[in-house]
Amino acid sequence: MTDPIVVAEGLHKSFGDTHALRGLDLSVPRGTVCGVLGPNGAGKTTAVQILATLSDPDAGHARIAGYDVVREAGKVRERIGLAGQYAAVDEKLTGRGNLRMFGRLSHLSRREAHRRADELLERFGLMDAADRPVAGYSGGMRRRLDLITSLILRPEVLFLDEPTTGLDPRSRGEIWASVRELVADGTTVLLTTQYLDEADRLADDIAVIDHGRVIATGTPDELKATIGDRLDVVLEDPAALGPAADVLSALAGTDLTTTGADRLSVALPGGGLRLADIVRELDRAGVAAADVSLRRPTLDEVFLRLTDRKEPVR
Amino acid sequence: MTALTSPMSRRLRWTFTDGLTLVGRELGRLRQNPGELIAALIFPAIMVVLFGYVFGSAIQVPGGGNYREYLMPGLFSMVIFSAVMGVMVRVATDASRGVMDRFRSMPMARSAVPFGQTGADSLTGLLSLAIMVGAGLLVGWQPHRGLIPTAEAFLLLMVLRYALSWVGVYVGLVVKNDQVADQMVPLFFPVTMLSNSFIPTGGMPGWLRFLADWNPVSAMTAASRELFGNPSVTSGDVAWPLAHPVAAVLLWSAALLVVFVPLSVRTYQRRGR
Ligand SMILES: Nc1ncnc2c1ncn2[C@@H]1O[C@H](COP(=O)(O)OP(=O)(O)OP(=O)(O)O)[C@@H](O)[C@H]1O
Ligand SMILES: [Mg+2]
Repeated sequence: MTDPIVVAEGLHKSFGDTHALRGLDLSVPRGTVCGVLGPNGAGKTTAVQILATLSDPDAGHARIAGYDVVREAGKVRERIGLAGQYAAVDEKLTGRGNLRMFGRLSHLSRREAHRRADELLERFGLMDAADRPVAGYSGGMRRRLDLITSLILRPEVLFLDEPTTGLDPRSRGEIWASVRELVADGTTVLLTTQYLDEADRLADDIAVIDHGRVIATGTPDELKATIGDRLDVVLEDPAALGPAADVLSALAGTDLTTTGADRLSVALPGGGLRLADIVRELDRAGVAAADVSLRRPTLDEVFLRLTDRKEPVR
Repeated sequence: MTALTSPMSRRLRWTFTDGLTLVGRELGRLRQNPGELIAALIFPAIMVVLFGYVFGSAIQVPGGGNYREYLMPGLFSMVIFSAVMGVMVRVATDASRGVMDRFRSMPMARSAVPFGQTGADSLTGLLSLAIMVGAGLLVGWQPHRGLIPTAEAFLLLMVLRYALSWVGVYVGLVVKNDQVADQMVPLFFPVTMLSNSFIPTGGMPGWLRFLADWNPVSAMTAASRELFGNPSVTSGDVAWPLAHPVAAVLLWSAALLVVFVPLSVRTYQRRGR
């Protein structure tokens, strides 16, 4: 068992009347990726800023590698890297210039800062653009530069706040590959994201937060298991939508949603119900189904269910 | 050698080297953006032509004297005061783009950032002052009182510029938004124009004259005119800052530093936005 390298206990933070965090707990084992999911305004950025020593909590405490983020902020800063919600680099400098500057500011010697800049540019495929001003970079290149800037000191813990928001699928894939490589090297990553497939692919553990509190944690599979499997039904005739809905609700399905003119999706409570029973019930009600399939829920569905503010429709 | 490794002196040394790195950053930006350098070169030429020849053709210096000799100290003040806007925009841009947060999350010396920004501004300030001096020499302006007063004048200009750059740091940290900062830049013109830089204040309505006489721009311009030996117009009862311009500029600089250095450093270091 490894000790957690990131620990947050009971973090509270308010901005005026807004309670951004209300008792957030988090624990990330060394060498893993923790995905923090939450709707807009859930408190993800606020949490990251506290963990990265940019902001002090009103109550509660947090430790990174055993150092308190408030009292031992200097020690924490030597061990973390942060890539925030925007690319925090100097637009007017070249990629290489940025890396060298941040290397020097990380107190590397001049020679070491230059060497490290070249190494990172080479490894993350930015060498060709190294001597162009960042203002001319694409969004994906900027993000990648931002990411590698936070790697200069080989951080033990890397915080990524929505690292791929606004990127095209190819750039997202590149960032994901970079993150996986870092984790293979032993870096611990805490990443917030709006994209659930991102968390699904990268994260070992997920913490879903809403209203400044963790409302669920677990591996992606565990989270999916909590809301049970889902049943998708495609009808032959859209007119049968009403009767089909009645049948499915009666079969103890919850969270019934119409996903198209001729299709329905419903969550099934764990086990017990077999596909054959469902098909038979539909048949009995005179509903002709073109396709009936049982599947694991997507993380999106888990997320929507967990963060839904209303009771699910019955 | 033990002295160098004590935490206190190590911190001081890092503040200094981190500050230097940020000064180097400014040079790197200029190298990458020669357009800015060219704009910096053209601006003084435009000002000299505009004020020296366009307006100057219709302005008589009361008591005689060459208007361009009268004008150049005013343009020097203008260059000096542009520090506020330049630093403000740079700091606000860093703050809004997250660069400031990156600095804060790094194990660097905390006061290095504001000191580095103001140090970097002194460098660009020296450059733009040199360019303005060159433009002045081309149109017939010159210092008349010898080496020491001339050196004193330049030193005074740079001291005030340094003090003003701290105002820029503070405003930039408070504004935190590069677009708002950009919109504030034009405010700079009325502040510099409401002074004795381009015309004597004697003819202004009373309340306006009061503002102009106590504007630090006026004190700076009057001090330059005195130290360079350029024509200055002092008629009737002269306001205290214009009667003692060198002292007034030193007082202004000291006051600005005393207020804005701690304020800026505190604001920069303040966490929990
Ligand atoms: N500096 C601030 N001043 C006032 N309110 C703030 C500040 N920062 C955050 N908040 C508020 O705190 C709450 C949490 O914000 P936070 O930025 O942490 O959310 P988030 O989960 O990162 O959202 P997003 O997905 O939109 O990035 C929001 O209601 C936000 O309006
Ligand atoms: Mg956020």
